[in-house]
Amino acid sequence: MPDPMTNLHSMAAAIPEIYLTAAICVVLLFEAFVGARRPGATGTLTLFALVIGAALTVVFADVAQPTVLFYGTYIADPLAYLLKLAGFLSVAVALLYSRTYLYNRDILKGEYYVLALSALLGIFVLISANSLLTVYLGVELLALSVYAMVAFDRESGVAAEAAMKYFVLGAIASGMLLYGMSIIYGLTGTLDLNGIAVALVAPHNLGVILGLTFIVVAVAFKLGAVPFHMWLPDVYEGAPTSVTLFIGTAPKIAYFALALRLLAHGLAGTSVDWTAMLTPLAVLTLVVGNVVAIAQSNLKRMLAYSTIANVGFILLGFVAGTPDGYSAALYYTLVYVLVALGSFGVIVLASRKGFEADRLEDYKGLYRRDPLLALAMAMLMFSTAGVPPFVGFWAKLRIFQALWETHHLWLVVIAAAMSVVGAFYYLRVVKLMYFDEPSETLPATEGSFGVRFALGLNAAAVLVLGVLPAPLLDLCSRVIH
Amino acid sequence: MHDHLLSLLIWLPIAAGIAVLLLGERNIVAGRWLALAASLVALALCVPLMRDFDTHTAAMQFIEKAAWIPRFQAYYALGVDGISMPLVVLTALMTIPVLIAGWQVITKRPAQYYAAFLIMEGLMIGVFSATDALLFYFFWEAMLIPMFLIIGIWGGPRRVYATIKFFLYTFLGSVFMLAALIYMYVKAGNYSIASFQSLPLTLTEQRWIFAAFLLAFAVKVPMWPVHTWLPDAHVEAPTGGSVILAAIMLKMGGYGFLRFSLPIVPDACRELDGLMITLSLIAVIYIGFVALVQQDMKKLIAYSSIAHMGFVTLGAFLVYAIVRTTGITTGAGMGMDGAMVQMVSHGLISGALFLCVGVLYDRMHSRQIADYGGVVNTMPVFAGFMVLFALANTGLPGTSGFVGEFLVILASFKASFWYAALAAVTLILGAGYTLWLVKRVVFGPIANEHVAELHDINGREFLILGVLALAVLLLGVWPEPLLKVMEPSIQHLVSQAAATKIPV
Repeated sequence: MPDPMTNLHSMAAAIPEIYLTAAICVVLLFEAFVGARRPGATGTLTLFALVIGAALTVVFADVAQPTVLFYGTYIADPLAYLLKLAGFLSVAVALLYSRTYLYNRDILKGEYYVLALSALLGIFVLISANSLLTVYLGVELLALSVYAMVAFDRESGVAAEAAMKYFVLGAIASGMLLYGMSIIYGLTGTLDLNGIAVALVAPHNLGVILGLTFIVVAVAFKLGAVPFHMWLPDVYEGAPTSVTLFIGTAPKIAYFALALRLLAHGLAGTSVDWTAMLTPLAVLTLVVGNVVAIAQSNLKRMLAYSTIANVGFILLGFVAGTPDGYSAALYYTLVYVLVALGSFGVIVLASRKGFEADRLEDYKGLYRRDPLLALAMAMLMFSTAGVPPFVGFWAKLRIFQALWETHHLWLVVIAAAMSVVGAFYYLRVVKLMYFDEPSETLPATEGSFGVRFALGLNAAAVLVLGVLPAPLLDLCSRVIH
Repeated sequence: MHDHLLSLLIWLPIAAGIAVLLLGERNIVAGRWLALAASLVALALCVPLMRDFDTHTAAMQFIEKAAWIPRFQAYYALGVDGISMPLVVLTALMTIPVLIAGWQVITKRPAQYYAAFLIMEGLMIGVFSATDALLFYFFWEAMLIPMFLIIGIWGGPRRVYATIKFFLYTFLGSVFMLAALIYMYVKAGNYSIASFQSLPLTLTEQRWIFAAFLLAFAVKVPMWPVHTWLPDAHVEAPTGGSVILAAIMLKMGGYGFLRFSLPIVPDACRELDGLMITLSLIAVIYIGFVALVQQDMKKLIAYSSIAHMGFVTLGAFLVYAIVRTTGITTGAGMGMDGAMVQMVSHGLISGALFLCVGVLYDRMHSRQIADYGGVVNTMPVFAGFMVLFALANTGLPGTSGFVGEFLVILASFKASFWYAALAAVTLILGAGYTLWLVKRVVFGPIANEHVAELHDINGREFLILGVLALAVLLLGVWPEPLLKVMEPSIQHLVSQAAATKIPV
């Protein structure tokens, strides 16, 4: 292998990470020297940095062929390109929505943006991981940044509790992951995912299965699959809503990449085994997520369970175990991120200083108080329920297709039944917003024109991608071959 | 224009609906006129559709095809044949009285009301004219959203319960149909309905697919025992919602049986036609008795709708019994003919009856039969219309209600005497509950001072009831054009249903 340092041009594919690291330093310095005098400036700079980053990604990281860099630890391929672009955009949108919210709670600090960017760097490292070490590096960088974000509001006891839970459970998951990796490394003698894929061929000894089990558990933890989902509702509910918005979106892209790179690629030789493990997990996740969501009275918590239910669908794509299944899961993940950005964004925008719009009752008669917000939320809810003409329908359709192609009759039936259960609680949100009269005490919503416009665009995207789904569907199939 | 006639019929109302929405509640006068104009233009577009329709072929006409999702071989493919064309026209026709009926009555969020109905119109026409299964499903499900909002926003006191029940029932049925469609896509490689119809399927596969279709369409028709959402939805829905529900949405179930179940899984249908006929007869007889005891006018008409739709499913599935009894397929389509005429006729009559109830409700704010009596004394013109539609509902010769019921009963005679005997019970029951309703509401002495203060219908109401009355009578005395339009398509359908698709 030629020394990559001698050929700077070959490193162009890693521009997103290199740029992002530089951007973090700049934002940190900017905050140290200017931030204290001008509170909102760091946020604006970060948004610019993200937009430039997305542009650089388009220019440099759009590789035609998979490129392996840094002695086999890093891979840049079309999938990584798509995911990184999605990462830039979703973080930018999440930060854009959060601004007023942070300001109202006196936590509009530069560190918030630095943490968000370093989480994004973790996401990128994970997306482009081609060795077990890189995977772990990405997982930890992402997780540690996010723990700190959850605890960002130092005044809030609930948030501190959520962060503590998240940290302890997340540390257990990381431990599991590391342990499983060490076993696999011990058995194959390589950290390189390609090398592992070559070395692991059936029949497997018990050691491989043991290592695999730990890795599957860790992945399930990170994704929030039942029964490793306990942290998720508490964290979503306890964290400041802007942070919930953040952790509910971009990290999902990374964890999809984690599952894909580790299970579908590195451990492809054991796919029979991990499929057998993921199948019950996926079914449980679907059932528990959807059924428990019905009982929630807190919207953030309800959406947390809805996240779990959606993770169930993503796992079903992996259960199918074909390239088509993976591309269905990829499509589902991207659609989920788009919709979650909007729906948590609505909660962020509906909240006021001293008022968290996180209970379901807070949405009574939202139509009257803020037609745009209500319309956006209704579209997003119908989309998550999987009703055409919204994009969520195609996400579910893709999963069904992948399952049929692999002859999973019962999984199709369960998934179909569970999407009806899911429809109930999404409809309830629409019912509160449109059918009920507002209670007098609720404050009017506000929010700058730009942010509301972005939210409108977000909802419009859900409709447009639903009516004309072909481009994104094609893209998702193309990047996974 | 013929190349895009169906697209225009779908997207013009939707575009107008969005425009009304954008005009907002403040410009409601302009919005109302725009809505009416759009629906009239849509009806006018049906004129070339009917005039240039070739009645000698069973092939799809006015076809359009454009790539939609190339990767799945899913197309934006439209077309109508003798089965769907009348339903498209019916949809365009029935939207107009709904818009006019809400003219002064709807004061709460009227712009959204008009927009919802216009968007519904486009989506419903889309359902009837889609020739690609994915596109069909797209419209089929999307249509739930405006109806959900219509019942939920403008409905009665228990509207939330009714509308969520409506949505979940229909959604439950539909997702399994989607699963079946995707299964066939995986086998056939594309989503065209025609290719599903020619796809060989084993009997086991057919049974599963039949079950999935049954779930979707039986809920929509609705058939006993999955009919319980309908009375709730009808009672709580605003008048316009009830009209569209009864006149068009129920027809989608019947249309689904004719377009999907019979041609795609003919062997399963042949095997299970006894089940379908039994369920249909239960709907006709049992639901007829249920209708007799209703205290609420809308509920009574809702149950009457279920009984009448029982005739549609009965007619559609008689084909196998006729073939078994007579041994030939000639004339086996009579039941389907009856089912189709019944669908169109019921669309007109039930819509008109719900409009009549709406007229009374707007004045008295009650739907209880007991609150009325002697309406004829204060509203003679209205009483004339109501009696006409009630008689049409009982199947009086000379009205459209007669043609459909007569054809179905005649067809059931061909199949089995007992089917006919049981089906004919409806003539007694239907007359019973409908005429008793009219007797209690319209005739007799003035029941109370509220009835005494009633004003007869105004020009707006006269116009919509008059047009519907004309249509009912015209179809009753001269059903020939409709039958002629359907003839080749029904023949084709019979041959598809009689064939076997089990691979050898």
